[in-house]
Amino acid sequence: MRSSSDSYVYLRHPLAVRIMHWINVLAVSVLLMSGLQIFNAHPALYWGQSSYSGRPPVLQIGARQASDGSPIGVTRVLGQDFKTTGVLGISGDAPTARAFPSWATIPGPQWLAMGRRWHFFFAWVFFVNGALYIAYSLVTRHFSRVLLPTRDDWGSIGRSILDHLRLRHPRGEAARRYNVLQKLTYLLVMFALLPLIVLMGLGMSPRLDSAWPGWIDLFGGRQATRTLHFILAWTIVLFVLVHVFEVLVSGVWNNLRSMITGRYVVRTDRDPNAK
Amino acid sequence: MPSSSSRRSFLKTAFGGACAAVLTGCDRLSNTQWFPKILGTGEQLNRSAQRSITSRKSMAQEFTDADLSPEFRSNGTDNPDDPAYRALAANQFADWSLRVDGLVNQPSDFTLARLRAMRSRTQITRHDCVEGWSAIGKWTGVPLSDVLAVVQPHAGARYAVFHCADVMDDGARYYESVDLDDAYHPQTILAYALNGRALPIANGAPLRVRIERQLGYKMAKYIMRIELVESFHTIADGQGGYWEDRGYEWYAGI
Repeated sequence: MRSSSDSYVYLRHPLAVRIMHWINVLAVSVLLMSGLQIFNAHPALYWGQSSYSGRPPVLQIGARQASDGSPIGVTRVLGQDFKTTGVLGISGDAPTARAFPSWATIPGPQWLAMGRRWHFFFAWVFFVNGALYIAYSLVTRHFSRVLLPTRDDWGSIGRSILDHLRLRHPRGEAARRYNVLQKLTYLLVMFALLPLIVLMGLGMSPRLDSAWPGWIDLFGGRQATRTLHFILAWTIVLFVLVHVFEVLVSGVWNNLRSMITGRYVVRTDRDPNAK
Repeated sequence: MPSSSSRRSFLKTAFGGACAAVLTGCDRLSNTQWFPKILGTGEQLNRSAQRSITSRKSMAQEFTDADLSPEFRSNGTDNPDDPAYRALAANQFADWSLRVDGLVNQPSDFTLARLRAMRSRTQITRHDCVEGWSAIGKWTGVPLSDVLAVVQPHAGARYAVFHCADVMDDGARYYESVDLDDAYHPQTILAYALNGRALPIANGAPLRVRIERQLGYKMAKYIMRIELVESFHTIADGQGGYWEDRGYEWYAGI
């Protein structure tokens, strides 16, 4: 409904989507941080079936002593060493040898058993929440109404890329719809990234590997699924960084309010000098 | 009105402070009695979900000689310092025997020679440690089901408990338990050989169990006795294993 001549408020996100969005924020945050706790128990990643194949790890985070005796954190990626003292390998006010620092893990201290408890519990929260979201979206036709690119969308991809690079965002009526890059990104995250990271998590389960012996070889083997799980987790972090950045630069309070109360203000003034 | 930079630094401090408070909260919750129990429902869901989508007899993947790890990693105890164990090891375990008792009709003792004379199974499997690493080894041993056939468990027996020779750093003896589905699984063997040679002490000599659809900590080394029980709640701290008593899941299928 129009509240004034040049702007009006509409319900952008239904209550169910808002609730599921924030449950997902909680679940993914805990999964990431408890996952880093689990990673710390053996801070090395490999390609293939096993960790002891005669081939070196593809990534390894460790600590060693510098020539002057001080401890340094070293991250080795594909045979290349990087000094990462303070964050990776060595971190904390009282410098401690651990891969990811305590501020990035749940729980903070090294505690694998507790990290696994958090991880598996919130994996179920994430899974049930995601399943409910998909059921809700199918019933309400949320996907086709909101997320599926239209014919016009496909034609405007080039312009949308330029607009994103210039940090120009749709205004007026166009702001009511997701832009095409946004739609494609959400679809990619929901239907490729998230299902794949779940699958790679399940691929680390010796019991589920026995369901169809050898299925994880399709992904390179058990240690490869662990490596992929790790890479996909950081891909989610990358998505979240871009997502939050776009939220910040395209009207942070309007965006935040719309994901909390649902209300989103559309400005309809057409002043060409408007920023 | 505050300048935008001071507002930004305020937001930054507030955000950082909020994150730190949440993390401190997570650590507090981890140290309560009740919250880890709620988190533990994840284990029960894992167990029932994994068992409903895989069959009781589903087989772990087996590999070829080409896949063997050059050296099979030893983790946890690599040489029990129990004097009785050391004495047995000094004599190549000629005086060792496995006691199988509890809820069985025929409590029995199995010397290494007796086990070696029984039907054997050799399997090249991947060992997945709870820490995250994997190694591939070739194991030879007696199917646990054959040993159980000799001792004849009672109808009321529900778990096989493995009592071990190794005493851990905190003074507690290692033990583990599995239910009878896993105990009777064709790949569950009492292994006395690794990669075609007598099982090294570092890997659990004279006998360790292989439970190929669970994580490494279930596969007890230095086994002295197998006890058939209805419940493991009266053993040690009652959670079914050394690591389980220290917060790890009894069901280690993931």
